[in-house]
Amino acid sequence: MSDRATMESIARLVPHGARVLDLGCGDGALLDLLQRERGCTGYGIEIADANVLAGTKRGVDVIQLNLDEGLSIFGDDSFDVVLQIDTLQHLRNAETMLRETARVGKLGIVAFPNFAHWPNRLSVLRGRMPVTKRLPFQWYDTPNIRVGTFKDFEVLATRNDLAILDAFGLQEGREVRRLPNLRAGTAVFKFERG
Amino acid sequence: MTLIAESKAMHFVEPLPLRSGAAVHGYDLAYETYGTLNADRSNAVLVCHALNASHHVAGVYPGQDHSEGWWDSMIGPGKPVDTDRFFVIGVNNLGSCFGSTGPMHVNPDTGRVWGADFPVVTVEDWVDAQARLLDRLQVRQLAAVMGGSLGGMQALSWTLQYPDRVRHAAVIASAPNLTAENIAFNEVARRAIVTDPDFHGGHFYEHGVVPRRGLRIARMIGHITYLSDDVMNERFGRQLRDGLDIHYTTQDIEFQIESYLRHQGDKFSEYFDANTYLLITRALDYFDPARRHDGQLSKALAAATANFLLVSFTTDWRFSPRRSREIVKALLDNRRSCTYAEIDAPHGHDAFLLEDPRYLALVRAWFDRIGKEVGR
Repeated sequence: MSDRATMESIARLVPHGARVLDLGCGDGALLDLLQRERGCTGYGIEIADANVLAGTKRGVDVIQLNLDEGLSIFGDDSFDVVLQIDTLQHLRNAETMLRETARVGKLGIVAFPNFAHWPNRLSVLRGRMPVTKRLPFQWYDTPNIRVGTFKDFEVLATRNDLAILDAFGLQEGREVRRLPNLRAGTAVFKFERG
Repeated sequence: MTLIAESKAMHFVEPLPLRSGAAVHGYDLAYETYGTLNADRSNAVLVCHALNASHHVAGVYPGQDHSEGWWDSMIGPGKPVDTDRFFVIGVNNLGSCFGSTGPMHVNPDTGRVWGADFPVVTVEDWVDAQARLLDRLQVRQLAAVMGGSLGGMQALSWTLQYPDRVRHAAVIASAPNLTAENIAFNEVARRAIVTDPDFHGGHFYEHGVVPRRGLRIARMIGHITYLSDDVMNERFGRQLRDGLDIHYTTQDIEFQIESYLRHQGDKFSEYFDANTYLLITRALDYFDPARRHDGQLSKALAAATANFLLVSFTTDWRFSPRRSREIVKALLDNRRSCTYAEIDAPHGHDAFLLEDPRYLALVRAWFDRIGKEVGR
Protein backbone atom coordinates (compact mmCIF):
# COMPACT_ATOMS: atom_id res chain seq x y z
CA MET A 1 0.00 0.00 0.00
CA SER A 2 3.07 2.20 0.20
CA ASP A 3 3.59 2.54 -3.53
CA ARG A 4 4.05 6.10 -4.61
CA ALA A 5 1.00 6.39 -6.87
CA THR A 6 -1.35 5.06 -4.16
CA MET A 7 0.13 7.35 -1.51
CA GLU A 8 -0.19 10.35 -3.78
CA SER A 9 -3.76 9.51 -4.60
CA ILE A 10 -4.60 9.47 -0.90
CA ALA A 11 -2.47 12.52 -0.18
CA ARG A 12 -4.55 14.51 -2.70
CA LEU A 13 -7.58 14.02 -0.45
CA VAL A 14 -5.79 15.82 2.40
CA PRO A 15 -6.09 19.62 2.39
CA HIS A 16 -2.88 21.67 2.37
CA GLY A 17 -1.62 22.57 5.83
CA ALA A 18 -3.96 20.11 7.54
CA ARG A 19 -3.31 18.81 11.02
CA VAL A 20 -3.29 15.07 10.49
CA LEU A 21 -3.55 11.98 12.67
CA ASP A 22 -2.47 8.83 10.82
CA LEU A 23 -3.81 5.75 12.60
CA GLY A 24 -1.54 2.80 11.90
CA CYS A 25 1.01 4.99 10.13
CA GLY A 26 3.41 2.12 9.35
CA ASP A 27 6.87 3.46 8.61
CA GLY A 28 5.52 7.01 8.40
CA ALA A 29 5.99 7.37 4.63
CA LEU A 30 2.57 8.92 3.97
CA LEU A 31 2.82 11.37 6.84
CA ASP A 32 6.32 12.28 5.70
CA LEU A 33 4.94 12.96 2.21
CA LEU A 34 2.11 15.06 3.64
CA GLN A 35 4.55 17.06 5.75
CA ARG A 36 6.99 17.69 2.93
CA GLU A 37 4.66 18.26 0.02
CA ARG A 38 1.42 19.49 1.53
CA GLY A 39 2.66 21.41 4.54
CA CYS A 40 0.77 19.19 6.97
CA THR A 41 1.58 18.60 10.63
CA GLY A 42 0.53 15.86 12.99
CA TYR A 43 1.28 12.46 14.41
CA GLY A 44 1.33 8.85 13.39
CA ILE A 45 0.02 6.14 15.68
CA GLU A 46 1.74 2.78 15.61
CA ILE A 47 1.96 -0.33 17.71
CA ALA A 48 5.04 -1.98 16.14
CA ASP A 49 8.45 -1.05 17.57
CA ALA A 50 10.12 -1.23 14.15
CA ASN A 51 7.62 1.25 12.70
CA VAL A 52 7.99 3.68 15.61
CA LEU A 53 11.71 3.64 14.91
CA ALA A 54 11.29 3.97 11.13
CA GLY A 55 8.95 6.94 11.54
CA THR A 56 11.30 8.62 14.00
CA LYS A 57 14.17 8.18 11.54
CA ARG A 58 12.08 9.87 8.87
CA GLY A 59 11.40 12.82 11.13
CA VAL A 60 7.74 11.98 11.71
CA ASP A 61 6.27 12.20 15.21
CA VAL A 62 5.08 8.71 16.09
CA ILE A 63 3.10 7.83 19.18
CA GLN A 64 3.18 4.18 20.18
CA LEU A 65 -0.32 3.10 21.09
CA ASN A 66 -2.52 0.06 20.63
CA LEU A 67 -5.53 1.25 18.62
CA ASP A 68 -7.62 -1.54 20.08
CA GLU A 69 -7.44 0.45 23.33
CA GLY A 70 -9.25 3.36 21.70
CA LEU A 71 -8.52 7.00 20.99
CA SER A 72 -9.41 8.48 24.38
CA ILE A 73 -6.06 10.31 24.41
CA PHE A 74 -7.36 12.57 21.62
CA GLY A 75 -9.95 15.29 22.06
CA ASP A 76 -13.02 15.87 19.87
CA ASP A 77 -12.28 17.59 16.55
CA SER A 78 -8.60 17.87 17.45
CA PHE A 79 -7.43 17.03 13.90
CA ASP A 80 -8.41 18.27 10.47
CA VAL A 81 -7.95 14.82 9.00
CA VAL A 82 -7.75 11.35 10.53
CA LEU A 83 -6.30 8.70 8.23
CA GLN A 84 -6.88 4.98 8.51
CA ILE A 85 -4.91 3.58 5.62
CA ASP A 86 -4.85 -0.21 5.63
CA THR A 87 -5.57 -0.19 9.34
CA LEU A 88 -9.28 -0.86 9.77
CA GLN A 89 -8.99 -4.47 8.63
CA HIS A 90 -6.55 -5.24 11.47
CA LEU A 91 -8.70 -3.88 14.28
CA ARG A 92 -10.92 -5.80 16.61
CA ASN A 93 -13.02 -2.73 17.33
CA ALA A 94 -13.29 -1.56 13.73
CA GLU A 95 -16.74 0.02 14.08
CA THR A 96 -15.84 1.85 17.30
CA MET A 97 -12.65 3.07 15.69
CA LEU A 98 -14.59 4.39 12.72
CA ARG A 99 -16.84 6.41 15.05
CA GLU A 100 -13.77 7.56 16.98
CA THR A 101 -12.15 8.65 13.72
CA ALA A 102 -15.17 10.83 13.00
CA ARG A 103 -15.12 12.21 16.55
CA VAL A 104 -11.42 13.13 16.61
CA GLY A 105 -11.16 14.40 13.03
CA LYS A 106 -13.17 16.86 11.02
CA LEU A 107 -12.49 14.61 8.03
CA GLY A 108 -11.88 10.88 7.94
CA ILE A 109 -10.11 9.00 5.18
CA VAL A 110 -10.21 5.22 5.17
CA ALA A 111 -8.60 2.78 2.77
CA PHE A 112 -8.73 -1.01 2.98
CA PRO A 113 -8.47 -4.06 0.69
CA ASN A 114 -11.71 -4.55 -1.23
CA PHE A 115 -12.68 -8.17 -0.89
CA ALA A 116 -15.18 -7.85 -3.75
CA HIS A 117 -12.43 -7.14 -6.29
CA TRP A 118 -13.04 -9.55 -9.18
CA PRO A 119 -9.93 -11.79 -8.72
CA ASN A 120 -11.04 -12.39 -5.14
CA ARG A 121 -14.57 -13.23 -6.29
CA LEU A 122 -13.13 -15.64 -8.84
CA SER A 123 -11.04 -17.33 -6.23
CA VAL A 124 -14.00 -17.78 -3.89
CA LEU A 125 -16.09 -19.07 -6.85
CA ARG A 126 -13.41 -21.69 -7.35
CA GLY A 127 -13.85 -22.57 -3.69
CA ARG A 128 -10.67 -21.05 -2.24
CA MET A 129 -9.94 -17.93 -0.23
CA PRO A 130 -7.95 -15.48 -2.36
CA VAL A 131 -4.20 -15.06 -1.99
CA THR A 132 -3.20 -12.05 -4.07
CA LYS A 133 -0.66 -9.24 -4.10
CA ARG A 134 -3.16 -7.11 -2.17
CA LEU A 135 -4.25 -9.92 0.18
CA PRO A 136 -1.06 -11.95 0.33
CA PHE A 137 -1.93 -14.12 3.32
CA GLN A 138 -3.42 -17.58 3.69
CA TRP A 139 -6.82 -17.60 5.41
CA TYR A 140 -5.36 -19.15 8.57
CA ASP A 141 -2.55 -16.68 9.18
CA THR A 142 -3.87 -13.38 7.90
CA PRO A 143 -3.58 -10.25 10.04
CA ASN A 144 -6.64 -8.94 8.22
CA ILE A 145 -9.26 -9.95 10.71
CA ARG A 146 -11.98 -7.89 8.95
CA VAL A 147 -12.53 -8.49 5.29
CA GLY A 148 -15.09 -6.17 3.77
CA THR A 149 -16.09 -4.78 0.44
CA PHE A 150 -16.49 -1.34 -1.06
CA LYS A 151 -20.26 -1.72 -0.74
CA ASP A 152 -20.09 -3.08 2.82
CA PHE A 153 -18.30 0.06 3.95
CA GLU A 154 -21.01 2.28 2.48
CA VAL A 155 -23.55 0.40 4.60
CA LEU A 156 -21.40 0.66 7.74
CA ALA A 157 -20.79 4.38 7.18
CA THR A 158 -24.51 5.08 6.77
CA ARG A 159 -25.32 3.05 9.87
CA ASN A 160 -22.90 5.27 11.84
CA ASP A 161 -24.27 8.55 10.43
CA LEU A 162 -21.16 9.29 8.42
CA ALA A 163 -21.55 11.42 5.33
CA ILE A 164 -19.42 10.07 2.50
CA LEU A 165 -17.82 13.00 0.66
CA ASP A 166 -15.87 10.97 -1.84
CA ALA A 167 -15.39 7.29 -2.57
CA PHE A 168 -13.41 5.48 -5.22
CA GLY A 169 -11.33 2.41 -5.82
CA LEU A 170 -7.59 2.21 -6.33
CA GLN A 171 -6.04 -0.32 -8.64
CA GLU A 172 -2.34 -0.34 -9.54
CA GLY A 173 -2.13 3.24 -8.28
CA ARG A 174 -5.00 4.42 -10.54
CA GLU A 175 -8.31 5.75 -9.33
CA VAL A 176 -11.28 3.59 -10.30
CA ARG A 177 -14.58 5.45 -10.24
CA ARG A 178 -16.68 3.15 -12.40
CA LEU A 179 -17.76 -0.11 -10.72
CA PRO A 180 -15.06 0.17 -8.01
CA ASN A 181 -16.54 -2.71 -6.02
CA LEU A 182 -15.72 -5.05 -8.87
CA ARG A 183 -12.71 -3.38 -10.43
CA ALA A 184 -10.49 -2.16 -7.56
CA GLY A 185 -8.29 -3.98 -5.08
CA THR A 186 -8.46 -1.06 -2.63
CA ALA A 187 -11.50 0.88 -1.44
CA VAL A 188 -11.03 4.55 -0.42
CA PHE A 189 -13.58 6.68 1.42
CA LYS A 190 -13.51 10.28 2.55
CA PHE A 191 -16.19 11.16 5.08
CA GLU A 192 -17.35 13.46 7.85
CA ARG A 193 -19.91 13.25 10.59
CA GLY A 194 -23.40 13.26 9.09
CA MET B 1 37.39 5.17 21.80
CA THR B 2 37.29 5.48 25.55
CA LEU B 3 35.60 8.50 26.96
CA ILE B 4 37.68 10.05 29.71
CA ALA B 5 35.67 11.82 32.37
CA GLU B 6 36.82 14.56 34.65
CA SER B 7 34.84 15.69 37.66
CA LYS B 8 34.67 19.46 37.99
CA ALA B 9 32.96 21.86 40.33
CA MET B 10 31.58 25.35 39.88
CA HIS B 11 31.30 27.68 42.85
CA PHE B 12 28.38 30.10 43.14
CA VAL B 13 28.60 33.00 45.52
CA GLU B 14 25.27 34.67 44.81
CA PRO B 15 22.29 33.25 46.75
CA LEU B 16 19.95 30.83 45.01
CA PRO B 17 16.40 31.52 46.16
CA LEU B 18 14.48 28.30 46.79
CA ARG B 19 10.76 27.57 46.45
CA SER B 20 10.54 27.09 50.22
CA GLY B 21 11.50 30.75 50.75
CA ALA B 22 14.95 29.80 51.98
CA ALA B 23 18.10 30.49 50.00
CA VAL B 24 21.56 28.97 49.75
CA HIS B 25 24.68 30.90 48.92
CA GLY B 26 28.31 30.02 48.50
CA TYR B 27 27.48 26.61 47.10
CA ASP B 28 29.21 24.25 44.67
CA LEU B 29 27.74 22.24 41.83
CA ALA B 30 29.70 19.21 40.70
CA TYR B 31 29.54 18.51 36.98
CA GLU B 32 31.17 16.77 34.05
CA THR B 33 31.18 17.60 30.37
CA TYR B 34 31.79 15.35 27.41
CA GLY B 35 32.44 16.35 23.80
CA THR B 36 32.94 19.88 22.51
CA LEU B 37 30.69 22.89 22.44
CA ASN B 38 30.39 23.98 18.80
CA ALA B 39 31.08 27.49 17.53
CA ASP B 40 27.48 28.71 17.69
CA ARG B 41 26.96 26.98 21.05
CA SER B 42 23.95 25.07 19.77
CA ASN B 43 24.88 21.46 20.52
CA ALA B 44 24.67 21.28 24.31
CA VAL B 45 22.69 18.45 25.92
CA LEU B 46 21.97 18.59 29.63
CA VAL B 47 21.49 15.26 31.39
CA CYS B 48 19.53 15.35 34.65
CA HIS B 49 20.09 12.58 37.15
CA ALA B 50 17.72 10.38 39.08
CA LEU B 51 17.50 9.58 42.76
CA ASN B 52 20.86 8.08 43.67
CA ALA B 53 22.97 9.12 40.68
CA SER B 54 25.32 12.01 40.09
CA HIS B 55 27.08 14.13 37.50
CA HIS B 56 29.16 11.10 36.49
CA VAL B 57 27.01 10.14 33.54
CA ALA B 58 29.47 8.31 31.31
CA GLY B 59 33.09 7.45 30.66
CA VAL B 60 35.95 6.40 32.90
CA TYR B 61 38.18 8.38 35.17
CA PRO B 62 41.87 8.13 34.31
CA GLY B 63 43.20 4.73 35.31
CA GLN B 64 39.74 3.19 35.74
CA ASP B 65 39.13 0.05 33.69
CA HIS B 66 35.35 0.20 33.34
CA SER B 67 32.82 2.99 33.45
CA GLU B 68 30.69 3.61 36.49
CA GLY B 69 28.82 6.32 34.63
CA TRP B 70 25.14 5.63 35.22
CA TRP B 71 24.15 6.23 31.60
CA ASP B 72 27.31 4.94 29.92
CA SER B 73 25.20 2.78 27.57
CA MET B 74 23.46 5.93 26.33
CA ILE B 75 26.16 8.59 26.18
CA GLY B 76 29.61 8.57 24.60
CA PRO B 77 31.38 8.55 21.22
CA GLY B 78 29.14 6.76 18.70
CA LYS B 79 26.47 6.08 21.33
CA PRO B 80 22.81 7.17 21.02
CA VAL B 81 23.69 10.54 22.52
CA ASP B 82 26.89 10.88 20.54
CA THR B 83 29.55 12.95 22.25
CA ASP B 84 31.27 13.38 18.87
CA ARG B 85 28.26 15.53 17.92
CA PHE B 86 26.96 16.88 21.18
CA PHE B 87 28.42 18.71 24.13
CA VAL B 88 26.93 16.71 26.99
CA ILE B 89 26.70 18.14 30.49
CA GLY B 90 26.06 16.02 33.56
CA VAL B 91 25.35 17.98 36.72
CA ASN B 92 24.97 16.86 40.32
CA ASN B 93 22.03 18.40 42.12
CA LEU B 94 22.15 20.68 45.11
CA GLY B 95 21.62 18.67 48.30
CA SER B 96 23.26 15.57 46.89
CA CYS B 97 26.10 13.67 48.51
CA PHE B 98 28.22 13.33 45.37
CA GLY B 99 30.13 16.58 45.23
CA SER B 100 27.55 19.36 45.05
CA THR B 101 26.86 21.23 48.26
CA GLY B 102 24.60 19.17 50.48
CA PRO B 103 23.77 18.25 54.05
CA MET B 104 27.24 16.79 54.61
CA HIS B 105 28.86 20.18 54.07
CA VAL B 106 29.41 23.13 56.33
CA ASN B 107 26.79 25.87 56.38
CA PRO B 108 28.85 29.04 55.75
CA ASP B 109 26.51 31.03 58.03
CA THR B 110 26.95 28.84 61.12
CA GLY B 111 30.22 27.04 60.56
CA ARG B 112 28.39 23.82 61.42
CA VAL B 113 27.61 20.89 59.15
CA TRP B 114 24.17 21.46 57.60
CA GLY B 115 22.76 18.04 58.49
CA ALA B 116 18.99 18.20 58.84
CA ASP B 117 19.08 21.99 58.48
CA PHE B 118 19.87 21.84 54.80
CA PRO B 119 16.89 23.53 53.16
CA VAL B 120 14.30 21.46 51.34
CA VAL B 121 15.00 21.65 47.61
CA THR B 122 12.54 21.05 44.81
CA VAL B 123 12.85 19.93 41.21
CA GLU B 124 12.26 23.55 40.20
CA ASP B 125 15.13 24.72 42.44
CA TRP B 126 17.45 22.20 40.85
CA VAL B 127 16.49 23.44 37.41
CA ASP B 128 17.21 27.02 38.48
CA ALA B 129 20.63 25.94 39.75
CA GLN B 130 21.33 24.07 36.50
CA ALA B 131 20.35 27.19 34.50
CA ARG B 132 22.99 29.16 36.39
CA LEU B 133 25.59 26.52 35.58
CA LEU B 134 24.66 26.82 31.89
CA ASP B 135 25.01 30.60 32.12
CA ARG B 136 28.54 30.13 33.37
CA LEU B 137 29.29 27.62 30.61
CA GLN B 138 27.89 30.21 28.20
CA VAL B 139 25.20 27.89 26.96
CA ARG B 140 22.21 30.07 26.29
CA GLN B 141 20.00 27.40 24.74
CA LEU B 142 20.12 23.61 25.02
CA ALA B 143 19.82 21.40 21.96
CA ALA B 144 18.20 18.98 24.38
CA VAL B 145 17.58 18.27 28.02
CA MET B 146 17.10 14.65 28.99
CA GLY B 147 16.58 12.53 32.05
CA GLY B 148 14.99 9.36 33.35
CA SER B 149 12.68 9.00 36.36
CA LEU B 150 13.37 11.98 38.65
CA GLY B 151 15.70 13.20 35.89
CA GLY B 152 12.74 13.13 33.52
CA MET B 153 10.82 15.36 35.91
CA GLN B 154 13.67 17.86 35.77
CA ALA B 155 13.72 17.70 31.97
CA LEU B 156 9.97 18.34 31.91
CA SER B 157 10.34 21.19 34.38
CA TRP B 158 13.05 22.76 32.22
CA THR B 159 10.56 23.07 29.36
CA LEU B 160 8.16 24.91 31.66
CA GLN B 161 10.58 27.12 33.59
CA TYR B 162 12.87 28.06 30.70
CA PRO B 163 10.94 27.25 27.52
CA ASP B 164 13.12 29.45 25.32
CA ARG B 165 16.27 27.72 26.54
CA VAL B 166 15.24 24.18 25.49
CA ARG B 167 14.74 23.02 21.91
CA HIS B 168 14.13 19.33 22.67
CA ALA B 169 13.31 17.35 25.79
CA ALA B 170 13.60 13.61 26.42
CA VAL B 171 11.49 12.49 29.37
CA ILE B 172 12.14 8.82 30.05
CA ALA B 173 10.42 6.43 32.49
CA SER B 174 8.97 9.41 34.29
CA ALA B 175 5.66 10.87 35.43
CA PRO B 176 3.93 14.24 35.77
CA ASN B 177 3.75 13.62 39.52
CA LEU B 178 3.94 10.77 42.00
CA THR B 179 0.93 8.64 42.79
CA ALA B 180 -0.15 8.12 46.39
CA GLU B 181 1.46 4.68 46.22
CA ASN B 182 4.79 6.25 45.17
CA ILE B 183 4.61 8.77 48.01
CA ALA B 184 3.77 5.93 50.38
CA PHE B 185 6.93 4.04 49.41
CA ASN B 186 8.96 7.22 49.90
CA GLU B 187 7.39 7.74 53.30
CA VAL B 188 8.24 4.22 54.47
CA ALA B 189 11.82 4.80 53.34
CA ARG B 190 11.98 8.12 55.19
CA ARG B 191 10.50 6.65 58.37
CA ALA B 192 13.07 3.87 58.26
CA ILE B 193 15.80 6.54 58.27
CA VAL B 194 14.40 9.02 60.80
CA THR B 195 13.47 6.29 63.31
CA ASP B 196 16.96 4.81 63.22
CA PRO B 197 18.43 5.45 66.70
CA ASP B 198 21.57 6.75 65.00
CA PHE B 199 19.66 9.47 63.13
CA HIS B 200 19.79 12.04 65.96
CA GLY B 201 17.30 14.35 64.30
CA GLY B 202 19.49 14.49 61.23
CA HIS B 203 22.57 15.74 63.09
CA PHE B 204 24.22 12.34 63.26
CA TYR B 205 27.54 13.72 61.96
CA GLU B 206 28.03 15.48 65.27
CA HIS B 207 27.62 12.12 67.00
CA GLY B 208 30.07 10.40 64.72
CA VAL B 209 27.51 7.88 63.52
CA VAL B 210 25.43 7.19 60.41
CA PRO B 211 21.85 5.81 60.39
CA ARG B 212 22.87 2.78 58.39
CA ARG B 213 19.96 0.59 59.42
CA GLY B 214 17.47 3.10 58.11
CA LEU B 215 19.35 3.62 54.88
CA ARG B 216 19.53 -0.13 54.32
CA ILE B 217 15.78 -0.53 54.65
CA ALA B 218 15.11 2.53 52.52
CA ARG B 219 17.26 1.06 49.78
CA MET B 220 15.65 -2.38 50.05
CA ILE B 221 12.21 -0.85 49.57
CA GLY B 222 13.42 1.26 46.67
CA HIS B 223 15.08 -1.69 45.03
CA ILE B 224 11.94 -3.80 45.11
CA THR B 225 10.00 -1.07 43.35
CA TYR B 226 12.59 -0.60 40.60
CA LEU B 227 12.35 -4.21 39.42
CA SER B 228 9.48 -6.13 37.92
CA ASP B 229 7.96 -9.19 39.55
CA ASP B 230 9.02 -11.28 36.53
CA VAL B 231 12.65 -10.22 36.65
CA MET B 232 12.83 -10.80 40.40
CA ASN B 233 11.34 -14.26 39.97
CA GLU B 234 13.65 -15.05 37.12
CA ARG B 235 16.75 -13.97 39.00
CA PHE B 236 15.94 -15.23 42.47
CA GLY B 237 12.70 -17.18 42.38
CA ARG B 238 12.16 -19.01 45.65
CA GLN B 239 15.74 -20.20 45.68
CA LEU B 240 17.15 -20.90 49.12
CA ARG B 241 20.61 -19.78 50.03
CA ASP B 242 21.61 -23.09 51.57
CA GLY B 243 20.27 -25.43 48.95
CA LEU B 244 17.08 -27.32 49.60
CA ASP B 245 16.48 -27.12 53.34
CA ILE B 246 14.48 -24.54 55.20
CA HIS B 247 15.68 -23.79 58.70
CA TYR B 248 12.54 -22.60 60.48
CA THR B 249 14.12 -19.32 61.50
CA THR B 250 12.66 -15.85 61.23
CA GLN B 251 15.90 -13.95 61.74
CA ASP B 252 18.35 -15.44 59.29
CA ILE B 253 18.62 -15.01 55.57
CA GLU B 254 17.04 -18.02 53.92
CA PHE B 255 15.86 -16.96 50.48
CA GLN B 256 18.26 -15.65 47.85
CA ILE B 257 16.18 -12.52 47.37
CA GLU B 258 16.73 -11.65 51.05
CA SER B 259 20.44 -12.04 50.62
CA TYR B 260 20.39 -9.84 47.53
CA LEU B 261 18.35 -7.07 49.14
CA ARG B 262 20.51 -7.04 52.25
CA HIS B 263 23.62 -6.85 50.08
CA GLN B 264 22.18 -3.91 48.12
CA GLY B 265 21.12 -2.20 51.32
CA ASP B 266 24.53 -2.66 52.92
CA LYS B 267 26.33 -1.27 49.90
CA PHE B 268 24.03 1.75 49.70
CA SER B 269 24.33 2.57 53.40
CA GLU B 270 28.10 2.81 52.97
CA TYR B 271 28.01 5.67 50.49
CA PHE B 272 24.68 7.46 50.54
CA ASP B 273 23.80 10.28 52.89
CA ALA B 274 20.63 9.88 54.93
CA ASN B 275 19.62 13.55 54.79
CA THR B 276 20.14 13.57 51.04
CA TYR B 277 17.81 10.59 50.76
CA LEU B 278 15.15 12.47 52.71
CA LEU B 279 15.57 15.59 50.58
CA ILE B 280 15.46 13.83 47.25
CA THR B 281 12.43 11.71 48.04
CA ARG B 282 10.67 14.87 49.19
CA ALA B 283 11.52 16.62 45.92
CA LEU B 284 9.93 13.67 44.15
CA ASP B 285 6.78 13.92 46.29
CA TYR B 286 6.41 17.64 45.66
CA PHE B 287 6.88 17.66 41.90
CA ASP B 288 3.54 18.40 40.28
CA PRO B 289 3.51 21.08 37.57
CA ALA B 290 -0.29 20.80 37.32
CA ARG B 291 -0.82 21.85 40.94
CA ARG B 292 -0.93 25.54 40.10
CA HIS B 293 -3.33 24.84 37.22
CA ASP B 294 -6.23 23.19 39.06
CA GLY B 295 -4.56 19.84 38.54
CA GLN B 296 -4.86 20.19 34.78
CA LEU B 297 -1.64 19.04 33.19
CA SER B 298 -2.66 20.31 29.76
CA LYS B 299 -2.86 23.84 31.14
CA ALA B 300 0.49 23.46 32.89
CA LEU B 301 2.24 22.22 29.77
CA ALA B 302 0.89 25.08 27.65
CA ALA B 303 4.13 26.90 28.58
CA ALA B 304 6.35 24.27 26.94
CA THR B 305 7.57 24.86 23.40
CA ALA B 306 10.16 22.08 23.09
CA ASN B 307 9.86 19.02 20.88
CA PHE B 308 9.43 16.00 23.12
CA LEU B 309 10.49 12.40 23.26
CA LEU B 310 8.72 10.28 25.84
CA VAL B 311 9.67 6.69 26.59
CA SER B 312 8.06 4.32 29.04
CA PHE B 313 8.57 0.64 29.78
CA THR B 314 5.65 -1.78 29.93
CA THR B 315 6.77 -3.53 33.13
CA ASP B 316 7.59 -0.31 35.02
CA TRP B 317 4.99 -0.16 37.74
CA ARG B 318 6.62 2.65 39.69
CA PHE B 319 6.40 5.04 36.71
CA SER B 320 3.97 3.16 34.53
CA PRO B 321 3.29 3.83 30.83
CA ARG B 322 -0.07 5.26 31.86
CA ARG B 323 1.76 8.12 33.60
CA SER B 324 3.86 8.88 30.51
CA ARG B 325 0.68 8.83 28.42
CA GLU B 326 -0.71 11.59 30.66
CA ILE B 327 2.21 13.77 29.60
CA VAL B 328 1.72 12.75 25.97
CA LYS B 329 -1.95 13.68 26.16
CA ALA B 330 -1.17 17.08 27.68
CA LEU B 331 1.37 17.74 24.91
CA LEU B 332 -1.11 16.68 22.23
CA ASP B 333 -3.71 18.99 23.75
CA ASN B 334 -1.18 21.77 23.27
CA ARG B 335 -0.28 20.61 19.75
CA ARG B 336 3.35 20.06 20.66
CA SER B 337 5.70 17.89 18.70
CA CYS B 338 5.99 14.60 20.53
CA THR B 339 7.30 11.11 19.91
CA TYR B 340 6.23 8.43 22.36
CA ALA B 341 7.55 4.88 22.65
CA GLU B 342 6.32 2.21 24.99
CA ILE B 343 9.14 -0.31 25.19
CA ASP B 344 8.05 -3.84 26.01
CA ALA B 345 11.01 -4.57 28.27
CA PRO B 346 10.88 -7.04 31.17
CA HIS B 347 13.06 -5.13 33.64
CA GLY B 348 10.66 -2.74 35.32
CA HIS B 349 11.66 0.83 36.17
CA ASP B 350 15.38 0.00 35.95
CA ALA B 351 14.98 -0.63 32.20
CA PHE B 352 15.75 2.99 31.48
CA LEU B 353 19.35 2.40 32.58
CA LEU B 354 19.80 -0.87 30.70
CA GLU B 355 20.80 -1.77 27.17
CA ASP B 356 17.56 -2.56 25.38
CA PRO B 357 18.31 -2.34 21.64
CA ARG B 358 14.83 -0.99 20.72
CA TYR B 359 15.09 1.74 23.35
CA LEU B 360 18.62 2.77 22.47
CA ALA B 361 17.90 2.71 18.71
CA LEU B 362 14.93 5.01 19.20
CA VAL B 363 16.85 7.51 21.31
CA ARG B 364 19.63 7.37 18.71
CA ALA B 365 17.18 8.11 15.87
CA TRP B 366 15.65 10.99 17.82
CA PHE B 367 19.05 12.52 18.60
CA ASP B 368 20.11 12.05 14.95
CA ARG B 369 17.34 14.47 14.05
CA ILE B 370 18.70 16.97 16.56
CA GLY B 371 22.23 16.36 15.31
CA LYS B 372 21.16 17.35 11.80
CA GLU B 373 19.74 20.58 13.21
CA VAL B 374 23.00 21.51 14.85
CA GLY B 375 24.92 20.69 11.68
CA ARG B 376 26.80 17.67 12.92
